[in-house]
Amino acid sequence: MVMLKAESLIALALMGLSIYFMVHATVLPITWVPGSGPGGGAFPFWLSFIMLGTASAIFIKSLLAEGTGLPFFDPETIKSVLLVAGSVVVTILLITFVGAYVAFALFLTWYLRFYGRHSWVLTGTLTASTLVFVFVFFEATLRILLPKGVTEPFFVAFIYPLAF
Amino acid sequence: MDTIALLGQGFATSLLPLNIAIVLVGVTVGLFIGAMPGLGSVNGVAIVLPLTFIVPPASAIIFLAAIYYGAMYGGAVSSILLGIPGASTAVATTFDGRPMAQQGRAGEALIAAAIASFVGGTLSVILFTLFAMPLADVALAFGPAEEFALVLLAFTTFVGLGGDDVLKTIAMICLGLVLATVGLDLLSGQPRLIFFDMPGFYSGISFLVLAIGIYGIGEVLWTIETSKSAPSVTPARLTFRELGLGARRLFSSWRTMGFGSGLGFFVGMLPAAGATPASLMSYGMAKSASKEPESFGKGNVEGVIAPETANNAASTGSLLPMLTLGIPGSPTTALLLGGMVMWGLVPGPMLFIEQPEFVWGLISSLYTANAAAVLINLLLIPVFVWALRMPFTILCAMVLVLCLVGGYAPGQRMHDVWLIAGFGFAGYLLRKANYPLAPLVLALVLGPLMERSFRQQLIAEQGDVLSFFERPLATAFLAIALIFFLLPLIKYIRRRAPRVSPAE
Repeated sequence: MVMLKAESLIALALMGLSIYFMVHATVLPITWVPGSGPGGGAFPFWLSFIMLGTASAIFIKSLLAEGTGLPFFDPETIKSVLLVAGSVVVTILLITFVGAYVAFALFLTWYLRFYGRHSWVLTGTLTASTLVFVFVFFEATLRILLPKGVTEPFFVAFIYPLAF
Repeated sequence: MDTIALLGQGFATSLLPLNIAIVLVGVTVGLFIGAMPGLGSVNGVAIVLPLTFIVPPASAIIFLAAIYYGAMYGGAVSSILLGIPGASTAVATTFDGRPMAQQGRAGEALIAAAIASFVGGTLSVILFTLFAMPLADVALAFGPAEEFALVLLAFTTFVGLGGDDVLKTIAMICLGLVLATVGLDLLSGQPRLIFFDMPGFYSGISFLVLAIGIYGIGEVLWTIETSKSAPSVTPARLTFRELGLGARRLFSSWRTMGFGSGLGFFVGMLPAAGATPASLMSYGMAKSASKEPESFGKGNVEGVIAPETANNAASTGSLLPMLTLGIPGSPTTALLLGGMVMWGLVPGPMLFIEQPEFVWGLISSLYTANAAAVLINLLLIPVFVWALRMPFTILCAMVLVLCLVGGYAPGQRMHDVWLIAGFGFAGYLLRKANYPLAPLVLALVLGPLMERSFRQQLIAEQGDVLSFFERPLATAFLAIALIFFLLPLIKYIRRRAPRVSPAE
């Protein structure tokens, strides 16, 4: 995908987003309420309207401009970007089911050992120390409990009695 | 003269061995809390507040103020080294701090941040000491019309002087402002923009979520792409000579520091404003005043100095209405106010008369906290710089984990974690298409303040729009905003106008 085509697509996406916001904003009054100024939906509606206008202008500008022919995504690195982005999505999904600690352990193992090609020793050390740090800092010190998913009973039985 | 005598008495309290130890511990704890992505002074103060009952009220407030200051310094560390704002107040530091670190100038950026924080903090404490009561009256006279006009002025500086594509800048400001309206209507309390009826949107979109998404996840993806197949961060070098040179170079930025301190202190005093808008405004102003505005966002040290002086100055400024009027200027000062009430103190003008030891002990401790913070921060710089030398794949993995935990921690909702990922991916694409992201972040921060002040003013004046122009300060702000807004058009016309040679 070349740069200009991608710019047009992003401008189009912003236009679509503006219209979506405008539709949502109409749930509350978008007009001037006599004696008290704009209604509750006016701010998001009219700001989305301005956004629609500017995004449309960007879209038209990108269509009229002469392209450089440069690719929008670097073919050499897009695979890496997609891999990392995908791993973040999978990790967030996993947090809900298996809890933050298992999800982070899997993510760090994949990232360090298979993506980063570090040794198993370094991978194990960093993964373990990161998880311990996260637990000590957030849970034991700040009392911010992270989601545990199916591992909750394990934490209740073995870890919490030690930490709290 | 009275002020100096009272300050002297304050130092007698704050320089007690217990209080010096409290300042040192508080600053160090605050530094680390501030450096953690997603956590700021408000988290630190909230956590230790229940522990303060074991010491006298003066020592307790000194401890909390030291954490507050430490966190302000610490916020810059992760902004510079990781590209993730340690706290919302350090977002603007990311704009130039991160590029500096990538250019191998992490040490210089950290020194700049530390010294700028020290200057901002110290100048604002001096202002605090001298003008506490009169300035509190000025802040009280600052109504919704002035607030709205000031926020509008902040946006137009990005449009007129930002140097980015004007249409894209306006689009990003509008997007940020619309995202700021998600949740409940400020006045009627009715839900609005609740996408897909997801309950998570009822509490709005946190500024930190957007910031961590864009500057954490988005930054990692961007770095992976731009550093090609073998991503690596340029190792930062730091020697005593470079430290000295860096510190000397900062003297040429005295104007930025002075302006940032004044602006930060004043904006910090305004209720509902605080250190985050102050730092963003200061950044915008420094960029507009610079002879090389295009170098901002690419590693200009002034882009680190401006927000860091302002956010530290604002943290002091926000203490002023809290102490004198009982109105907190920021979430952290709201917690401090809660602490004072818990300790049996009543904030307000009478506090200065009834509890001078407490008030002046706190004010004098701000001087010592500042000195301690800059020393501890400078001592720890080699440790922070060392962190950059680790391979990018290790740093990147840690950053992503910290982003997810840091995004979850403040609200403790998975909804926020998904939003972080979404904003991260969107921010990466927008950045690739040359959309400026700073106005988007600024708009999300200032959006609620802008809408609230606009609507408050209109309700108070029965919907009369002209009432904005009946107040001199608001009119002046609006006039400057209009000039900034029209500036790109004026520049365009001047560029297009045919040049007539003198011979003709």
